[in-house]
Amino acid sequence: MASIELAPPRLTGMRALWHSTIGKKAVVAATGLVMVLWLLVHMLGNLKIFFGPTEFDAYAHFLRRIGEPVLKNSWFLWIQRAVLLVVLVAHIVASAQLSIRDLRARPTKYTGKQRFEATVTTRYMRTGGIVLGLFIVWHLLNLSVGVAVPHYAQARAYENVAQDFSLWWMNVIYIAAMLFLGLHIHHGFESATRTLGYHRPTRARAIKITGDVLAVAIAAGFIVVPVAVMTGVVS
Amino acid sequence: MKITVRVWRQPSPDEAGRMVDYPVDDVAEDMSFLEMLDVLNEQLILDDEDPISFDHDCREGICGSCGMVINGQAHGPVKTTVCQLHMREFRDGDTIEVEPWRAGPFKILKDLVVDRSSFDRIIQAGGYVSVNTGAAPDAASVSVPKADADLAFENATCISCGACVAACPNGAAMLFTSAKVTHLNLLPQGQPERENRVLRMVQAMDDEGFGGCTNVGQCTQVCPKGIPFDSIMNMNREYLRAVKSSRGNQG
Repeated sequence: MASIELAPPRLTGMRALWHSTIGKKAVVAATGLVMVLWLLVHMLGNLKIFFGPTEFDAYAHFLRRIGEPVLKNSWFLWIQRAVLLVVLVAHIVASAQLSIRDLRARPTKYTGKQRFEATVTTRYMRTGGIVLGLFIVWHLLNLSVGVAVPHYAQARAYENVAQDFSLWWMNVIYIAAMLFLGLHIHHGFESATRTLGYHRPTRARAIKITGDVLAVAIAAGFIVVPVAVMTGVVS
Repeated sequence: MKITVRVWRQPSPDEAGRMVDYPVDDVAEDMSFLEMLDVLNEQLILDDEDPISFDHDCREGICGSCGMVINGQAHGPVKTTVCQLHMREFRDGDTIEVEPWRAGPFKILKDLVVDRSSFDRIIQAGGYVSVNTGAAPDAASVSVPKADADLAFENATCISCGACVAACPNGAAMLFTSAKVTHLNLLPQGQPERENRVLRMVQAMDDEGFGGCTNVGQCTQVCPKGIPFDSIMNMNREYLRAVKSSRGNQG
């Protein structure tokens, strides 16, 4: 008897993953979660500034020594930077391609006012993404390269941070970007669990709470540093 | 009651369209929205004008033909199909804005009529099971868990009206496609083609130029059949499972 089964799809495996909307969404979700984890560690590390220059500079120094003696000084840092760069580029490219596709699929707006169910965080994903992308470039130039930091000194992390955040406009940029980061994670975390298929009605509450806590904790954890410098807690 | 209908007029796919105001005087509040449009059309015919084209068929909310955006909402202010929407939902003196579904893959043919054949092609890609039909099998010879049967049925109620696409800010057809994927992939008859079905249907959906889901949830809010939002998540899971599975990769 002749087979009448469905013919196999044109694209399969990894090619299907990258060339489909769902696959690209999965890339955005997975890379986003990796970055959330990394940011959590970054934020916790930053908080060491409250324990004084010795503690904070020792932590900064430790980051260069991870993996010794197997890895040479700073090797781990560069490997980690390379991995993170790949993750970030994948996140940006996939979401940009998806966004272009979305805008093409809905070229005309309605005259009538749509009653939107979407939350604020959902509606600012694209704007927030662009803001964060620009901020990352600025942030690296600022605190890793030393652009616009008065008296920037290599390997004196505590002093650089204190100097940097003594400029008011620096704090405005930083705090605004961190608020966008909180919004981005707020929608992104739950959305990622849906895209990756982990979401269940029974897990909905736990996932929502985890996302809320991560968004608030990460944003607040970063923001307390410039606030502390401004109020003189750290100087 | 007296109302003004501000409606999208577009003579053909390639001509530009615009919103035109028509006063309608004798509207009874028990009329359905489509009946009101019928009254307006009779008026237009008597005035030697071109009547407004709109899709309609069963007028009892089960065929999915009628669909238009009323005051910015797909199917209007009530979560139902336009044929089941009644004029009592509006007030005397209202100006009601009526527009066609707007999405790249839904080309406007005339006035409120859009080409929804892209949905047919998504269904043709895998929205069925290739089993030989014969005599009905004995009841309960193939057991289906109650929860699965209920969920499959809930998803099977999709009438392909296209409101999900019309309401989605990304013009995504994910709620529609996921309803069929969820319905068939939950049932025993759907298992042999489980992986190929989701891979093929998503590919067809992408080929038509629909957008992607950003988990806004607007689709479920306007769905006259209440297809659950979680169906999209289920399709994501089915898709990723099929990508990993060797069964979906057979040449």
